[in-house]
Amino acid sequence: MKKVRVATIWLDGCSGCHMSFLDMDERLLEIAQKIDLVYSPYVDQKEIPEDIDLFIVEGALSTDHDLEIIKIIRKNSKKILALGDCAVTGNISAMKNLFGTEAVLKKGYFDLVDLNATGHYPSKMIPKLLDKVIPLNEAIKVDFFVPGCPTPADAIYEVIQGILEERPVNISTLTRFGK
Amino acid sequence: MIKEKVRVKTLKINDMDVTAKSNATILEVANEQGITIPSLCYLEGLSCVGACRLCLVEVKGSSKLVPACTSKIKDGMEVMTNSPRIQKHRKMILSMIFAERTHTCSVCVSNGHCELQNQAIEQGLEHSEVAYIHQKFDIDASHPSYMYDPNRCILCTRCVRVCDEVEGAHALDIFGRGIESKIIHDMDEPWIDSQSCTSCGKCVQVCPTGALFEKGVSATEMTKKKEIVIKLIQTRKER
Amino acid sequence: MILSLEELQGVGDKRIKSEKDCNKELRICVGSSCSSLGSSTLEKELAKKVKEKGLDKKCKVKGVGCNGLCSAAIMVSHYDKEEQKETLYGGIESGQSDELVALIEESSALAEKKLDMSAPFFTQQLKIVLENAGVVDPNDIEDYIAHGGYHSLFKVLDEMSPIEVIEEIKISGLKGRGGGGYPTGLKWETVLKVDSDQKYIVCNGDEGDPGAFMDRAVMEADPHKIVEGMAIAGYACGASVGYIYVRAEYPIAVEKLNRAIKQARSNNILGTRIANSSFNFDIEVRLGGGAFVCGEATALVASIEGNRGNPRQKPPHLSDYGLWKQPTVLNNVETFANIAPIIKNGGEWYKNIGTHNSSGTKVFALTGHIKNTGLIEVPMGISLRKLIYEIGGGTTNGKPLKAIQTGGPSGGCIPEHLLDTAIDYDSLKAIGSIMGSGGIIVMDEASNMVEVARFFMDFSKSESCGKCVPCRVGTTELTMLLDKFIAKEATVSDFELLKEMCEVVQNASLCGLGQTAPNPVMSTIKYFEDEYLQGIKND
Repeated sequence: MKKVRVATIWLDGCSGCHMSFLDMDERLLEIAQKIDLVYSPYVDQKEIPEDIDLFIVEGALSTDHDLEIIKIIRKNSKKILALGDCAVTGNISAMKNLFGTEAVLKKGYFDLVDLNATGHYPSKMIPKLLDKVIPLNEAIKVDFFVPGCPTPADAIYEVIQGILEERPVNISTLTRFGK
Repeated sequence: MIKEKVRVKTLKINDMDVTAKSNATILEVANEQGITIPSLCYLEGLSCVGACRLCLVEVKGSSKLVPACTSKIKDGMEVMTNSPRIQKHRKMILSMIFAERTHTCSVCVSNGHCELQNQAIEQGLEHSEVAYIHQKFDIDASHPSYMYDPNRCILCTRCVRVCDEVEGAHALDIFGRGIESKIIHDMDEPWIDSQSCTSCGKCVQVCPTGALFEKGVSATEMTKKKEIVIKLIQTRKER
Repeated sequence: MILSLEELQGVGDKRIKSEKDCNKELRICVGSSCSSLGSSTLEKELAKKVKEKGLDKKCKVKGVGCNGLCSAAIMVSHYDKEEQKETLYGGIESGQSDELVALIEESSALAEKKLDMSAPFFTQQLKIVLENAGVVDPNDIEDYIAHGGYHSLFKVLDEMSPIEVIEEIKISGLKGRGGGGYPTGLKWETVLKVDSDQKYIVCNGDEGDPGAFMDRAVMEADPHKIVEGMAIAGYACGASVGYIYVRAEYPIAVEKLNRAIKQARSNNILGTRIANSSFNFDIEVRLGGGAFVCGEATALVASIEGNRGNPRQKPPHLSDYGLWKQPTVLNNVETFANIAPIIKNGGEWYKNIGTHNSSGTKVFALTGHIKNTGLIEVPMGISLRKLIYEIGGGTTNGKPLKAIQTGGPSGGCIPEHLLDTAIDYDSLKAIGSIMGSGGIIVMDEASNMVEVARFFMDFSKSESCGKCVPCRVGTTELTMLLDKFIAKEATVSDFELLKEMCEVVQNASLCGLGQTAPNPVMSTIKYFEDEYLQGIKND
């Protein structure tokens, strides 16, 4: 049987959902029988490959780089799963929207640091912050939404099983915003 | 003036035959029959404002959707509370409530005990269908016992009504209009400076979200006791 | 004190007699458009100079209401009583009082400013609501009486029962001119039938649509007519108190109305035992703070009561539960202005004007890319094409017309190819727009229809009271979505969402503001879908 090509990525989030993924414990072995993890923080792969069957995305979109990546992900993937509240709603990442990018940078690089020798915000080699942090579905079409902060391992397991078996899953019975 | 004689009317809710007092609303009758119609601005015993629009139902023969909380029953009326059309509308309205301000469930005091969050579960809403607006407001932490975070407010006005209709203080009201509407104390003063607030805390207990909460609680720790207020109103009426 | 129809006629006759030798009138428009160009100063100066030259016995200088053709402001009308001939002059400047004085002696003066009275703008109109606009001095109750004013009220009090009055209004087929189009007679009848010690008549002068100024013109030009219409309504429905709710942005209208009410009171046309009958009626003007939503019936009532102008869910309707919880008739300014003529000429007369389902005339405010900007009154049933091209004179600079917008933020856009549609309540509804209160905005080919829709959505957004979710959040969301189309950054799913959201806001909002706010978007999608598709990026 051909294995399902799965990828995961960690955008603007805390990696909690990736941790939670690992919390599936021994069930990971069961899932590993059915999937090929072709790109992920768990594996050493630098480029996003093509022909991905399921892309699991943790985190909101906060930078111009995030936007670029998510578009490549959409292009290369058959299905996209938004994992966790950040990817689904913006969550904590989006709390920045109440204050604006400028205020957040100022707080981070001037107000709360002892030393900022250059007197500038870092601007080279790092992506530019967007004016507004957005959840995935405000930039691309998303196929599955699995909220939670972090999404419980049981919910992740049920949802992945459901997708692999091509059967509908009632997400509201498994997890919710803030779970 | 409307003069109503109390008599009985017969109607159908979700194809079930129902008899109820003629001056009852669709929502009251449905509740009596154990049929849940979602709502956020409705609170038993307070006046009905029809603001959240979650309780919209279909009435056979009418293309309009009507709010169950303010609509009186009529003889022979056939009400559908959960048609696909209603579900579609409810999901979008609920999305709008989530998208308007900043409901960050994971760090909210009401996480796990929130009526808005519960509505998302009941309506099967796992993401907002509309773009987030994040309308911004300042938090009022001036009161020694309570906090007010308008960023979590859904403008259901339960607090305004309970303060006016039950406590009799009318310390709260709405300021501004449209997307900039905000619940304020007196003439938009810090809570502590409100001359009319009695600090009774009813507003906090009836607030469906974490917009009004007790000081000192952390994320997930705020459980509201709106039943006390409902009971209070009932007891007062029975006297 | 005027206590009978005879006395009323006497007042009118006396006025006419006193002006017998004065066979000319110079009527200066002092409505908002003309007075913004200094017509009030012109009127005063002219009156002074006429008197200095001893011409005041020969010619009367009179400030009057809107003559209609605002694009030709300042408008002055020279009326010759003997010949019963009116000559209109347009584009007069505030400093031209000397030239106008010359006009009294020499009719060839100012010839270059003379307007062609045989133009369709003048010949195709039928003035009922505006019959006194530009003719009668709104500050002068006797002038109104001399032109037949208050005769209908006295006739009603003398000869008719309330039911007969309502019957006459029902026969006329008059429908609410505020936009809703609810039959006026039926509305009055409902209130008459409700048993209550106190009822109210309320006049809605909270005109707020962008590009609409019909009601302002009526209130400024003929305030007594509104007073008379309301008093007749009061008699017909059994109400003794009336309120006129006017937005504070209409200071001239407020001033004229207050003066008219004062004059009516001092002649016992308002007050107790009017015309020696048992009918008591008085009117108060209430000012609105300029919230568009206060034009909505329940919000207007809340505002008069001194509360926040928030609408509430209907039913109960105002006819059962209105102002201060009492049965209330709420009609628009233009509706009330139709009452006296209907009583005077009979319901049958009115019914024969216009079309079967929409009788009478309608006042429209023409704005946008149109040559003859201004106010017009036409019989119902006239085609939009005739209205725009003949009466309106076509587009400015003769550019091809793209669409017209009727009904303001609650209305829709009508494309050029549907201009042969007749103006009546049903036909306009059938093509996705509404009659509305009468604002017509003409747009030429340079107009971007998505931007037009966004303009109106932004208006609804800023005017939403914020009470219900679909309107408060929906109008904001829709504005944001339309921005994406304008920036050409929308996606195919954004277009689907736009349509779905329009439907939800329309079906789920609490009051008319939200329920109709998506109309400009929906009608532009219907007729100009291409322009939305152009806003979708391909990737």
